[in-house]
Amino acid sequence: MRMPRAIFAHPSGRIGGFIVGLYLLLAVLGLLGLTPHDPLMQYRIDRLHAPDSTYWMGTDLFGRDVASRLMMGIGQSFTVAFFSVAFAALAGTVLGLAAAWFGRRWDGIVMRVMDVLLAFPAILLALLIVAVAGPGTWTSIVAIAIVYTPIFTRVVRGPALSLKAREFVDAARTFGSSSSYILTRHLLLNLVAPLTVQITLALAWALLTEAGLSFLGLGTQPPAASLGLMLSDSRNLMETAPWLMIFPGLAIMISILGFNLLGDALRDIFDPRMRRAIA
Amino acid sequence: MTYLLRRLAVFPLVLIGVSIVVFVAIRMVPGDAITAMLGTEAGLLTPAQREALAAYFGIDQPWFVQYGRWLLGLLHGNLGISSTYGKPVLDVIIERFPLTLELALLSMIIALAVGVPAGVFAATHNEKLSDLGVRVAAMIGQSTPNFVLALLIIYTLSAGFGVLPAMGEFSPLWQDPLRNLSQLILPAITLGFAFAASVTRVSRSAMLDVLSDDYVRTARSKGVSARGVIWRHALPNALIPVVTLSGIEFGYLLGGAVIVEQIYALPGLGRLVLDAILQRDYALVQGCVLFIAFNFMIVNLLVDLAYVALDPRIRLGEQ
Amino acid sequence: MIPLLSVSGLSVGFGRAPQANEVVRGVSFELADGETLAIVGESGSGKSVTALSINRLVDFGGGRITAGSIKLKRADGSVLDLTAASEPQLTRIRGAEIGMIFQEPMTSLNPVLTIGTQIEESFRLHRGLTGRQATAAAKDALDRVRIPDAARRLKYTPNQLSGGMLQRVMIATALACNPRLLIADEPTTALDVTVQAQIMALLAELKRETGMSMIFITHDIGLVAGIADKIMVMQNGQAVEQGELNQILDQPRHAYTQHLLQDVPHFASGRATRLDGSREKAPAADPALKVNDLVVRFPVKSGFFGRATGAVHAVDGVDFDLMQGETLAIVGESGSGKSTTARAVLGLVRSTRGSFSVSARKAAAGQSALPIQMVFQNPYASLNPRLAIESILAEPVIATGGRVDAAARAKMATLLKRVGLPENSLERYPHEFSGGQRQRLCIARALMLNPSVVVLDEAVSALDVSVQARVLELLVDLQREYGLAYLFISHDMAVVERIAHRIAVIYAGQIVEIGDAKSVLSAPKHAYTKKLIAAVPTIDRRREHFELDTRQVPSLVRPLGFEPVPSRWEQFGADHRVRVEA
Repeated sequence: MRMPRAIFAHPSGRIGGFIVGLYLLLAVLGLLGLTPHDPLMQYRIDRLHAPDSTYWMGTDLFGRDVASRLMMGIGQSFTVAFFSVAFAALAGTVLGLAAAWFGRRWDGIVMRVMDVLLAFPAILLALLIVAVAGPGTWTSIVAIAIVYTPIFTRVVRGPALSLKAREFVDAARTFGSSSSYILTRHLLLNLVAPLTVQITLALAWALLTEAGLSFLGLGTQPPAASLGLMLSDSRNLMETAPWLMIFPGLAIMISILGFNLLGDALRDIFDPRMRRAIA
Repeated sequence: MTYLLRRLAVFPLVLIGVSIVVFVAIRMVPGDAITAMLGTEAGLLTPAQREALAAYFGIDQPWFVQYGRWLLGLLHGNLGISSTYGKPVLDVIIERFPLTLELALLSMIIALAVGVPAGVFAATHNEKLSDLGVRVAAMIGQSTPNFVLALLIIYTLSAGFGVLPAMGEFSPLWQDPLRNLSQLILPAITLGFAFAASVTRVSRSAMLDVLSDDYVRTARSKGVSARGVIWRHALPNALIPVVTLSGIEFGYLLGGAVIVEQIYALPGLGRLVLDAILQRDYALVQGCVLFIAFNFMIVNLLVDLAYVALDPRIRLGEQ
Repeated sequence: MIPLLSVSGLSVGFGRAPQANEVVRGVSFELADGETLAIVGESGSGKSVTALSINRLVDFGGGRITAGSIKLKRADGSVLDLTAASEPQLTRIRGAEIGMIFQEPMTSLNPVLTIGTQIEESFRLHRGLTGRQATAAAKDALDRVRIPDAARRLKYTPNQLSGGMLQRVMIATALACNPRLLIADEPTTALDVTVQAQIMALLAELKRETGMSMIFITHDIGLVAGIADKIMVMQNGQAVEQGELNQILDQPRHAYTQHLLQDVPHFASGRATRLDGSREKAPAADPALKVNDLVVRFPVKSGFFGRATGAVHAVDGVDFDLMQGETLAIVGESGSGKSTTARAVLGLVRSTRGSFSVSARKAAAGQSALPIQMVFQNPYASLNPRLAIESILAEPVIATGGRVDAAARAKMATLLKRVGLPENSLERYPHEFSGGQRQRLCIARALMLNPSVVVLDEAVSALDVSVQARVLELLVDLQREYGLAYLFISHDMAVVERIAHRIAVIYAGQIVEIGDAKSVLSAPKHAYTKKLIAAVPTIDRRREHFELDTRQVPSLVRPLGFEPVPSRWEQFGADHRVRVEA
């Protein structure tokens, strides 16, 4: 495999890859319950305990271990982010390819629907969906997936249109290649690079949106832990127990940083000349 | 001209789409509207009273009839009555909008004032240590969620300096400009931070692209100085992606910064929507979302106008 | 007397270790006042880098001068070594004493500024003119390059002007402050041949008017015959030969110069046409391809609702036939409809009207339904970068329902060998091949289906001249071996002369002259063909002056329902017809 080596050779790829790898490990441990303490257990005597060797990141108002809850929260956030981005990428690829391939009326309809979705600020659309379906993990996944589908549609449609006009597609038509062959070999295969970059960056946004929804109390529901929820709970205790805010805050920030760095590196690796910063 | 006209033509279409999405979505909210409106008191109503109330609010009709009525009202500038405020929806929105607009403008000014020079600086010092510094800062800035930053700012101020951000009753710009500014400056910095980072990244990469274009070489061959090349020849061409980005971000900010407004206790559009959703104030949610989508599209139109001003190729209808 | 410019031992390198990555090595030359030096070489020869080193623009592209000196005699008579000059000094010299024009006029002017602003800038920088004075000076500059209606054109932005016009604007800008040295880096390569002739004529005239010196960079040794006093030939970063124009053209000493002069296609007015398979001798048979009254129109939509208000008549009633083993070249300038004709024949563009008949040779399974294949212009865009060569060659087989079995693989290997590619090519990817190799791959792919007709759309235009010659040879060999019929679309008369049996000249969507290649090239009858052929640079025509002509190509947009008058033809000789113009 050339890819891991290429990522490792890229400075921001190295850092980003390390961060993402670390978080994946923490997320898996958090989901499996392999945490230093039981994240739901309330150690009543040790309420608002400052960080020390027992409670690495201190405890919260109920005496729950922050480090363990952080791992649980990362597991929760990553689950939401991965599923929502997977759905969005799948739907966006299908819609974007269809729009580019069939053109004209299809293109018009698909892109107008995407325009409608894009006219809502992301968090507002997510809020609306959560309001309809009620808060919860699956609602968050669906909401974030719907919010990011138009972005993937655009990311696929643009390059697909230009690939469709490339001479190797013309050549394929002169042989009489089937549509499915052209779609998979000539379009999709060449879209792997931009899609990979976009998926990486979308994971960063998804983590951000999930944290935002949880912060507002509309994402993950207590007593389960989530980074946004932990941050929100820390607000009234900021001065007495700053660790309640610092650790989840940094955890969110660094996870987003990791995906952003990795996305940047992938973009450079796939096309060193392509420095376009926005999708 | 035809370019702008064509963009305008999509306008009502998208607006109708948005209104249908909102209308249908809001009617899919579980629980019935009367209970949502009156809370526990709804239990005291007789079935007849319930029906009368439903008829009064028009919610006894099928959704498309309701939609038709609502659309008809819309054409007369009537967005309905908010059940939580007991006032016309438009009045409630217009009360909250100045704050959101001011906040969005301030954030954008901060973002552009910091981001464009930083991006240009980094591009012209490509691969040097100073470029790396700007890039690292921008990367961190872009990865900092605004609610994390808001809490960090508040914590630093209170723990480090023992001061709290000016909260309490919000005073509009025209009543007490100083107090208004002191209330808005921290939220604006919070929102402008990641925005500035994105502007930096976009202007840097756009500048780098443009600086390797043929016409920049031509300018140099004419004896244009380094400064002239950057500001006169390269920047106007590099601004187009910056305008695109700023437009999108500004458009979203006009929708209200839901979380930041909550943290800083500001009565803006974002909190209004959040509360309306939580209170099931149908008319208000519909009105707000439509208003926000409308704003977003107006901003898009302004962005198109900016393109037209910046790039003669677009003016002449080339795609 | 001190020469205007004296370059000695110039070496230029790139990257972090410029000494190790030198692309120009030890180049020396002198240029006297009023003299023109042509630097000739292929891509990678270092000719452009040498030119960019003189005004030190090479610095901005990551280049560093590693050795040598560039001494410029300045206007006040002092001599300055440009390799040691400071950036502020260079800023005063660029534009004022050394002007430069570039290859791509379309991208070399700032798209967001009016051309007036861009010309005025030179006067502002070096003459201190502002406001109305600068505008007046800019108008004079446009007049000087013979742009009609200059005052109005000043307000245009670059996208409103054609390539030829833009190159004139570039020249006006570069010459605004009467520099004593003009560096022209392939200034006509991106332009049509008749436009190229105009620009060359203009440069020659301006040179006479101003007495400036010029360094003219080109890959086409034929082009410089008309303008240069001295020639320097470059190869792999070194000057392999330099001397007076006639000496280099008539008695080249270095093998590479001889190669450039002899092996590379040069236009010879019909004396270099192919000797095999002329029509008169060939037996009358069923044509491999017959095209009848081909019409391609694209609707022009305008107004708010995008209604069709007219049509672009891209191809308007084209007829021709093509025999087995024969090459018909369709020549014309950009926008003439030659490529659209090719694409319509292949079904890539829907034709509005017309019929084709193709006589397929009887062949085994794996034969495509349409026995016509195509080779495209851009070797970089016509191969999918993510597929290995094996998959690329297998595609036509799969597309026609065949199986990629041992026979197919054997065929791939044979064809790869036949087009001159290494045997291990199959598992490699397109980016591992050079432009010429990729074009060979495209040819191999086209031959996978045993076509009877191959359409070659500017198939060698993107290649270096010596690569061009070798690919042309390959094409001729393959034609003989497989009895292929070629439809060869090109703008390049020199290339066409080497490969065509017959030539069709197309202008504004219609064939104006068609017939035996030798006859058409040596005795053109139609006014447009004459103009086209007169514009082709040749080594034979030295110091010839062209007449300036500012006529524009007519618009192809016609009102709805417009039908052209049917053509009347006049016959010259056995195989040479010319359209009679009303």
